[in-house]
Amino acid sequence: MNVSGFLRGCAFAAYLALGFSATSRADAPVVAGAADLKFALQEIAAAFKEDTGREVNLVLGSSGDLYRQIGQGAPFRMFLSADEGFVFQLADAGKTVDRGNLYAIGRIAILVPHGSLLKADGKLSDLVAAVADGRVGKFAIANPEHAPYGKRAEEALRHVGVWERIKDRLVLGENVSQAAQFAASGGTQGGIVAYSLALAPAVARLGTCAPIPDSWHAPLRQRMVLLKGADETTRAFFRYMQRPAARAIMKRYGFLPPANR
Amino acid sequence: MDWTALILSLELASATMLVLLPIGVWAGRKLAWTRFRGKALVEASLALPLVLPPTVLGFYLLVAMGGATPLGRWYESLFGHQLTFSFQGLLVASLIFNLPFAVQPMQRAFEAIAPEVREAALCCGMSRLRLLRRVELPLAWPGILSAMVLIFAHTLGEFGVVLMVGGSIPGKTRTIAIAIYDRVQAFDTAGAGIMSAALLLISMLAIGLSYLITSPGGIRRHD
Repeated sequence: MNVSGFLRGCAFAAYLALGFSATSRADAPVVAGAADLKFALQEIAAAFKEDTGREVNLVLGSSGDLYRQIGQGAPFRMFLSADEGFVFQLADAGKTVDRGNLYAIGRIAILVPHGSLLKADGKLSDLVAAVADGRVGKFAIANPEHAPYGKRAEEALRHVGVWERIKDRLVLGENVSQAAQFAASGGTQGGIVAYSLALAPAVARLGTCAPIPDSWHAPLRQRMVLLKGADETTRAFFRYMQRPAARAIMKRYGFLPPANR
Repeated sequence: MDWTALILSLELASATMLVLLPIGVWAGRKLAWTRFRGKALVEASLALPLVLPPTVLGFYLLVAMGGATPLGRWYESLFGHQLTFSFQGLLVASLIFNLPFAVQPMQRAFEAIAPEVREAALCCGMSRLRLLRRVELPLAWPGILSAMVLIFAHTLGEFGVVLMVGGSIPGKTRTIAIAIYDRVQAFDTAGAGIMSAALLLISMLAIGLSYLITSPGGIRRHD
């Protein structure tokens, strides 16, 4: 091979790559969602596409991370936060169309993989006992600093009085979906994650789960908002989230409807 | 298999390769044949990305390219969109990160060309451009090609920087390495497995190719 042959090869490869990308779904508006919505939102987006023929791209992460990225100018058109505080902060900063709508109340649950020494006990009494007798090697939650579900998990662990003793054994997921991955994959004895993730079939077959009483932590008031520059497809998706079809999917994933509060 | 992510990664790798080719040739020749004050410093800074943690580079790029900075604002006024969370932003990061992979093999290749060969060519009245095209590039060719292969493979695997400045947007900044990470978080072990195997294969081909090029008895140099 010689120089010019190689260059022609490169140019051809670039041409092919660019040609392909033009036909990809890169043009669909990007909707940013909290990681607890990983499976529910994918299902809703698929139903949305089936019903309307329109498509949105989903980006999932911890609400705190997405909040930071939106502040830094990430080209998202809509934001579904797990915690309404982030939405209000963006609204105050003038990044949103309005102050958004409550779309669900989230729940946390203890998730225990098959073969773990822990029991999936929603009252966490087995966890408290396990911390005392040394059965807990590692335990997963999302990073409380920027993931709302991590914060709520911390509150629940504080409520039952094991936070100080379990702190050193925690592995922190970058977002609650990674925490669920840590909790279910067998590397830990379990974890406290979003109920919605624990109920998803892909996770449910790996372990057992039990919801934790929601009076033990501040409510997960999940709010969604259209961001400045939201196009018609995104607005349609925002409305779709409030329709019975989407609400039914959310309910199946263990979310409580916002009207309950 | 996330084809959009794979194609995006191939685009990023090809673009990085194409942009760094002339830069690498220019810098490689300069560093191989000229002596100047502060050369050691230049060489050291060009090698810095080799040891710099990707997240450190990612952090500085995020700070430097963000919408509120002069660079970020200048770029946005010019092209109408922000540099962070865009393909172009990834390209900038990738160019910086791959600089040593471009320059070092090329520099070594140009250093290996005997000065007499160039002098003889110049004495015979060859123009500079012709000298480059007919003598230098063919002689340095294995070095240049292995630089390209390294850049290509290295870009495909880049993770830390992309995670920090990219934002994992499908078709724009979700590269194959990020897609693997996403798939694992989504409990899709099969998907992650297929994509990992694809990257493993590409990486093995790349490293095999680069050894083949540089080994004696590999691709022959022009004599």
